[in-house]
Amino acid sequence: MSAAVAGPHTNRAPSFWQSTNGKKAVMAVTGAILFLFIIGHLLGNLQIFESRERLNTYSHFLKSLGELLWIVRGVLILAVVLHIVATVQLALRNRKARPIAYAKKKSVNSSYADRTMYWSGPIILAFVIFHLLEFTAGTLHPGAAAFSEHDVYYNVVSGFSVWWVSAWYIFSMILLGFHLRHGIWSMFQSVGINHPRHTPLLKQAALWIAILITAGYISIPVSVLAGWVR
Amino acid sequence: MTGTMKLDAGIPSGPIEQAWDKARFDMKLVNPANKRRHTLLVVGSGLAGASASATLGELGYNVKCFCFQDSPRRAHSIAAQGGINAAKNYQNDGDSIYRLFYDTVKGGDFRSREANVYRLAQNSVHIIDQCVAQGVPFAREYGGSLENRSFGGAQVSRTFYARGQTGQQLLLGAYQALERQVDAGQVTMFPRSEMLDLIVIDGQARGIVARNLITGQLSVHMADAVILATGGYGNVYYLSTNAKGSNATAIWRAYKRGALFANPCFTQIHPTCIPVSGDYQSKLTLMSESLRNDGRIWVPKKKGDKRRPNEIPEDERDYYLERKYPAFGNLVPRDVASRNAKAVCDEGRGVGETGLGVYLDFSDAIRRLGEQTIRERYGNLFDMYQRITDEDPYKVPMRIYPAIHYTMGGLWVDYQLQSTIPGLFVLGEANFSDHGANRLGASALMQGLSDGYFIIPYTVGNYLASAKPAKVTGSHPEALAAFAATQQGIAKLLAIKGKRTVDSFHRELGKIVWDDCGMSRTAAGLKEAIGKIRALREEFWQNLNVPGSSDDLNQSLEKAARVADFIELGELMCIDALERNESCGGHFREEYQTPEGEAQRDDQHYSYVAAWGYTGSANPPELYKEPLEFAYVHPSQRSYK
Amino acid sequence: MKLKLTIWRQKNPGTKGKFVTYPVNDVNPEMSMLECLDVLNESLIERGEEPVAFEHDCREGICGSCGFMISGVAHGPQPATTVCQLTMRHFKDGDELVLEPWRSASFPFVKDLVVDRRAFDRIIQSGGYVSVSTGNAPDGNDIPVGKEIADRAMDAAACIGCGACVAACPNGSAALFTGAKIAHLGILPQGKPEQDRRAVRMVAQMHTEGFGSCTNIGECTGVCPKEIPLEVIARMNRDYLFGAWTERSEVINTIAPATDWNFREK
Repeated sequence: MSAAVAGPHTNRAPSFWQSTNGKKAVMAVTGAILFLFIIGHLLGNLQIFESRERLNTYSHFLKSLGELLWIVRGVLILAVVLHIVATVQLALRNRKARPIAYAKKKSVNSSYADRTMYWSGPIILAFVIFHLLEFTAGTLHPGAAAFSEHDVYYNVVSGFSVWWVSAWYIFSMILLGFHLRHGIWSMFQSVGINHPRHTPLLKQAALWIAILITAGYISIPVSVLAGWVR
Repeated sequence: MTGTMKLDAGIPSGPIEQAWDKARFDMKLVNPANKRRHTLLVVGSGLAGASASATLGELGYNVKCFCFQDSPRRAHSIAAQGGINAAKNYQNDGDSIYRLFYDTVKGGDFRSREANVYRLAQNSVHIIDQCVAQGVPFAREYGGSLENRSFGGAQVSRTFYARGQTGQQLLLGAYQALERQVDAGQVTMFPRSEMLDLIVIDGQARGIVARNLITGQLSVHMADAVILATGGYGNVYYLSTNAKGSNATAIWRAYKRGALFANPCFTQIHPTCIPVSGDYQSKLTLMSESLRNDGRIWVPKKKGDKRRPNEIPEDERDYYLERKYPAFGNLVPRDVASRNAKAVCDEGRGVGETGLGVYLDFSDAIRRLGEQTIRERYGNLFDMYQRITDEDPYKVPMRIYPAIHYTMGGLWVDYQLQSTIPGLFVLGEANFSDHGANRLGASALMQGLSDGYFIIPYTVGNYLASAKPAKVTGSHPEALAAFAATQQGIAKLLAIKGKRTVDSFHRELGKIVWDDCGMSRTAAGLKEAIGKIRALREEFWQNLNVPGSSDDLNQSLEKAARVADFIELGELMCIDALERNESCGGHFREEYQTPEGEAQRDDQHYSYVAAWGYTGSANPPELYKEPLEFAYVHPSQRSYK
Repeated sequence: MKLKLTIWRQKNPGTKGKFVTYPVNDVNPEMSMLECLDVLNESLIERGEEPVAFEHDCREGICGSCGFMISGVAHGPQPATTVCQLTMRHFKDGDELVLEPWRSASFPFVKDLVVDRRAFDRIIQSGGYVSVSTGNAPDGNDIPVGKEIADRAMDAAACIGCGACVAACPNGSAALFTGAKIAHLGILPQGKPEQDRRAVRMVAQMHTEGFGSCTNIGECTGVCPKEIPLEVIARMNRDYLFGAWTERSEVINTIAPATDWNFREK
C-alpha cells in the first residue's frame, strides 16, 4: 500500500450489489427482462391491426391467467425497481466522483443516446405510470366517456384520439428508442460480452431493433389519429 | 592529480564461466528470520530500482523505495523502444552466452570489465524467463514461441521485444512485482521524494536525506545499506532523449560523499533522432535504429542548398555513408553514423530550417519493396514522425540528427556492484560497469534487470552478513549534519534571487557540453569548455532566479538543485575527456584518429577505468585507475570500410 | 502565431483557484503543448510570477505523467496523442485554449494542473500483477502463447496510466484503467491462475477509491492516448462476475486511500 497510509488493510471490500460492476450487471439483467417485456407487449398490441375481437380476446386471455399474471407482474415490478434503484445509487455515486465540474467539457466518442440515459429513463418511468393509470387501472382516461373493463380496443382508440395523449405517447416511445439503442448493446457489455468484430454488429442491430420497436409502438397512435384504426 | 588508492573490483579467480557461481557460493547469507530486521533504501524505481525493490522485498528485507515521480511506473526505462537481448539461441542461429559476452565487450570498444559482462550475458536468459512469467506480452510467433529480431547490427537474432514499447512492458512487469511487495507490506513506496544527500557513518552508507516534492519537507531515512538506481546523466546536455526529470543528483551527491565517478566522458549519441526545430525545444525524440536497415542517408553536395529534397537531382546528392564506408554503408555503428552526420552539418550541408539534420530517405526502398512492405516494417515509427513533424515520410525523406541518449559512465562499482563507499550499491545506468565506451542496442534493459533481479539480492546479503552494520538512528550527528547541509543548500538556491531562469542556465550548459564534449572533442575545446562551465557555475550562484518557496510543489526549485549538480558534473566530464588521450567508442578525440578518420584507441596507455574522487569544490578531482585486462576477448581495431 | 491560454491557477488544495488568461505571442506551430507552457513559464518567472505547475517527464508520450484538459477534451483535440506530443499546429492563430486539471474526487488536487493519481497505484497493488517471485520462472517458451493472444494482451498492456479515461468519463469511472490491467493479465496463460481473485480485488479497490460507475459510453477510449478498447471493460465485468460468484468466504480487504503526502512508516 502507499506509504502515505502504511496502515492495515481495514476497508472491507464492497459486496456484489455494492460494487459498481455488480449494480451494472443487475441493471443489465433487469434491462433484459424489461426488453423482453417490451417486445412481448408490442406483439400483443399490434394485434389491434387485426381486429377489435383479436385484441380483446388477447386481453381477456391475459387477465384469465390470474396468479400467473401477478407473478409476471411481480417480476416486472421487481425488475423496474432494481433497475431504478441501481441507477439512482450509481448516479449519486457518479456525482460524488466529480465534485468540481469542468468549466468546459466536450464529448468526443459517445452518441446522444448514450449520454441521455439519465434523462430518457425517468421520463419513460413517468410515462409508464401514466400509461398504467390510463390503460390498466383506468383511473385516467382522457377522451373516453368511461374506461371499459372489457373493451381494450375502445380504450385505446378513445385514448389516442386525444392529440396530446398520442403526442406524449409518441414522444415517450422515441425516448424509449433512444434508451434501447444504448441499452440493448450496453447490457452485453455490462455482463462481459464484447468482441471487436461482433459488438459493432450488435450496435447496428441495437439501432435497428430500437427503431423497429419505436416504429411499432408509434404506429398505433398514428393509425388512430389518421383514422385507420377507429 | 592521481590518487594512490588501489581499486580492486574483486573479480573471482578462475575461469570466467564459473566466476559468478563461485562468487555466489563464497557469499555469506543472511538468515531468513533476520532479513526483516534489515532496512534497505532503494533510490529510483526504473528497471533496476523496481526489480531490486521487488526482489529484496520477496526475500524478506524491509525495503523503502524512493522516486521523484508521482508513481514508480513513470521511470524513464519506460521509454525504451527496441528490445532486450538474451542469449537464448531460440533461433538456432549460433548465439550463445559467450557470443553475447564477446559482442558486448567488443561493442564497448574494450573499455568494460570482462567478468561483469560475462555475468550479464549469463543472466540475460533468466531475465526473459522471469519477465514472461510476470506476464510481459513479448512478441510471439503464431505457434506460440517467443519471437526475436536482430538489432543494432548484431549477426544473430537475440532481441526480444514487445512492439515498440519493450521498455514500457518490462518496467510495468517490474513495477507490478514492486506493487505486489508494497501490498505485502515488504516495500514502502515514497513517491515524489527526491534524494538530496547520502549519509555516511563510520565509512559506511547508512541513509539518505530526501525531500518530499509536494510538501517540501526534508526527512532522514536510515538503513543498513543504500542502493542507487537513479539512471544516467544525459540531461547534462539539456537536449537529450532522456526524460525531463532524469537527473544526476543522487549519484552526484554520493560522489561528493566519497563514491568514485567512473568514465564520466563516456556518453552515447544516437544517430536517428528527430532534429531540433527551435530554441524552445525541450527534448529530443528517438526514432528506432532499425530505420537504417532500409533508409538511405544523404545531404546535398552543395552548401546551403535550400531546395526541397525532391527537387535535388540524384547526382547532386551525397550519400556520404555509402561513399565512405562501402562495406557497411548506412549500417555503420552508432558512433560512426553520428559523427559523420555532425561533420556534414558542420560543413554547412545540413538540411531543414536549422541546418542541423540529414535526410533518411525511403524512396528507393519504397520503389523496391512497395509502400505496403515499408508500412508493415516501420508504420508506427512513420506515424510518430508525422505526428511530430507533420511531414509524410512516405513522400518526403525524414530528417534526422544525432542526440545524446545514454551515458556509459557512472559511479564506480566492484563485481558486487558496491561503490567505493561500503554499503552503497549502484545499479543500472547509474553505474559504469558493463558497456565500456559504447553500449550496444537492446542491452540497457538487460543490464538494469540483471542488476536488480539477479545480482543485488545476493551481493547486498553478503554485505549485510559480513559487514554487520551497527545500529544507528536518525539523530546520529552525521545524519543531522547532512540534514542541515541539505536545508542550507535549498535556502541558498532560493536566496540568490537573480535574473536568469534555471532553464536558461541549463540550456547554456547543454550547448557548451554538446559543442565541446559531445560527438567529437579536442584538447583545446575541452579546456575552453572547462573555463566556460566554471564561469557559468559562478554566474549560476549569483544570478539564478528561483521563484516561490521551499514548502510546496516548486518545480523550479527541483530543477535548480539538479542543474547545480549538472554544471559540476559537466566539468568533470570535460576533465575526464581531456585526460583520456585516445578515442574509443563514444569518446572521439579529434587528435586521435586513424588516417581514415576512425577512432584510434591507445590500449597501451588507456586500457583502464578512470575513476574520479571528489576533493572539495575548489580542488581538482583525484584520478584513480582500475586497469582492464582482456583475457578472453582480445582488443582489435574496428573497421567498417 | 498568437494564442490565449486560460489556465486554472490554484496554489494548493486549501486555497481557492481561478482561471487566469495569459496571451502567448510567439507560438511556433512546431512546439508541443508543453513547450508552449515552458515558454509561458519562462516569461512568468522573468516577470517575478510563479510558473504554472504541470506534470511531465518523458515528453514522448509513454510515461503517462502529463495530461490536462484542453478546452474540454482530455489531452486535447488530436486523437491518440498526449499533450507532450500535441503540436501547436493543430490550433489556429488567435485561438483561446482552456487548460484545466483532471477533475475527480479520486485524484485529489495538488497544484495548478497537477493532481494526485496514486489511486491507480493502489488499484495495481490490489492484484494487478502475477504472483511470481524472482527466480522461480520456467523457460520463456515452456508455455506457448499464440500470436493473437499476445497481441491482444499487448493492446491492453499499452496503458500508460495517465488518468485521461477518468478525466473524460462523465461519471469519473476508472473502468478503462482497471479493465486494461485485468484484461492484459487475464488474457495471458501466466495470469490465469489469479484471474478471478484479481478481478474481485481490483474492482473492490476501484470502488474504495470512490471512482464512479461505467455507463459504457466510451468517452474514455475516445481520449485514451493508447486507444485502449472498451473491450477491456467487458473483460473486467466478466471476470468480476465469475470471481464474485466463485469466491468462497475469503475476506477481501482494500487499502485505505491516502489523502495527504505525509509519509508515515510502518
